[in-house]
Amino acid sequence: MARQDIPLEQVSVGVTARKDNWWIKPLLVFLGFSTFIVYSTWAAFQNADYFFNGNGAQYLSPFYSPLLYGQADAHPVFGTEHPAWWPGWLPFSPALLILWAPGGFRFTCYYYRGAYYKSFWLDPPACAVGEPRKGYRGEQKLPLILQNIHRYFLYVALLFIVILTYDAVISFIFVNPDGTKSFGIGIGSFVITINVILLSGYTLGCHSFRHMVGGKLDCFSKNPVRAKSWECVTCLNSKHMTWAWFSLFWVGFTDLYVRLCAAGIWTDWRIL
Amino acid sequence: MSTVTLRIWRGTEDEGSFEEYSIERNPGMVVLDAVHKVQAEQAPDLACRWNCKAGKCGSCSAEINGMPKLMCMTRLDDLPEDKPIMVQPLKTFRTIKDLVTDVSWNYAVKKKIKPFKPRKPDAPDGTWRMKQVDVERVQEFRKCIECFLCQDVCHVLRDHEKYDEFIGPRFLIYTAGLEMNPLDTEDRISDLKKRDGIGYCNITKCCTVVCPEHIKITDNGIIPMKERVVDEFYDPLTRLFRIFKPSKKSKAEESS
Repeated sequence: MARQDIPLEQVSVGVTARKDNWWIKPLLVFLGFSTFIVYSTWAAFQNADYFFNGNGAQYLSPFYSPLLYGQADAHPVFGTEHPAWWPGWLPFSPALLILWAPGGFRFTCYYYRGAYYKSFWLDPPACAVGEPRKGYRGEQKLPLILQNIHRYFLYVALLFIVILTYDAVISFIFVNPDGTKSFGIGIGSFVITINVILLSGYTLGCHSFRHMVGGKLDCFSKNPVRAKSWECVTCLNSKHMTWAWFSLFWVGFTDLYVRLCAAGIWTDWRIL
Repeated sequence: MSTVTLRIWRGTEDEGSFEEYSIERNPGMVVLDAVHKVQAEQAPDLACRWNCKAGKCGSCSAEINGMPKLMCMTRLDDLPEDKPIMVQPLKTFRTIKDLVTDVSWNYAVKKKIKPFKPRKPDAPDGTWRMKQVDVERVQEFRKCIECFLCQDVCHVLRDHEKYDEFIGPRFLIYTAGLEMNPLDTEDRISDLKKRDGIGYCNITKCCTVVCPEHIKITDNGIIPMKERVVDEFYDPLTRLFRIFKPSKKSKAEESS
């Protein structure tokens, strides 16, 4: 029998008795989110190469959809000139007018909150691992009490799903040299369609949506339609983290695909 | 036969140290077996709480290699063989002696939660009628064995010691089980926000990770309760709809 003096308390950051590689997951999450934030910020400020119309295709980057102001061939909603009220010191990009919505939806998402509280705030870095700060307000007080706005971002995100579905449909319609339009399939059509499928899986599996469709009920048997809806959303919600990561990766990849095709670096292969 | 080394906390909250014990390893041994072997052969004064040895009583909760677990459900085969196995008491609660902690705070918290208050009976014989679909959600929470591993791992209690402001995941799902019960007419949403500190939960899901009954504490219990708190306090649209469709609380007040 040997004695060893190790304190029972684990009060400072990273201190733990855990013997597994607990730091790998928060590190990967940190790297994944950081990469996306850096890329999406860069892409949002480019204000170029967001629409590909080679070979008659009509691919719009999801970072710029809906296109409120922009190049004429991409059919902007309000016109080609940027709005007069736009501050002169800030470079204009139509992406900046819309990205607050999906960005806010993800930022306030229950899955992402738990993930970035761990990976960025280290609050805690991992389960049963010491934290850097003694004080804690959680989401009980300002500023994080504002996370409760999540359901309002959900309403806007649902609208975005409709818009991105329209973009996916348009990606199968190609403009012929004589100006007529016909059905076609390019690799980009698949890329854009997979994007909206993944984003739908993520958005429709949202915890707030689950509550909205039926979670708030106590008695399911009196509301069979809402009970069934709740079951469907619960099914998506059980894999919410997976949907969140795949949709995050793919929305970035979709922008990259359209961007590289528009810049002439990649070729969009026409299948049909 | 191979040996296994356990590094077990000996002492109280204020004073103590980890002591190493080497024992013979038997096939299929769990940590509780190993602790009992230490108790039988080397340290008869070693204190540990246990009862069923089947993962159903929730007595033998401890921290094994730094993670809250039931000792009776943790096989030695699943732990690294090359290092001593660290066994220590639940950090969140005061250590009485060795592996035994004082969890009485939990019972005091439970007493504060408004009890089940059923609606008027459905039948003349004083009974109610419920469909399975209505009780399935609640049944998940009823699996809880009150091992308090979720309370132990929750950083709001473990690191920030908000014992006076936060009831912890165990009692958030206990409240959820009452709130979602179709027979219940009591309203606990205001308590959840103001007294029970549901806002302190930052959804890191550690409670779900350690739950030996695999209850989806965060997704199925805490987040739905957070959403009901939003309905009641933070969502002006829902409040507007309440004018036309009163809440459970309003209905209960009317009927009483």
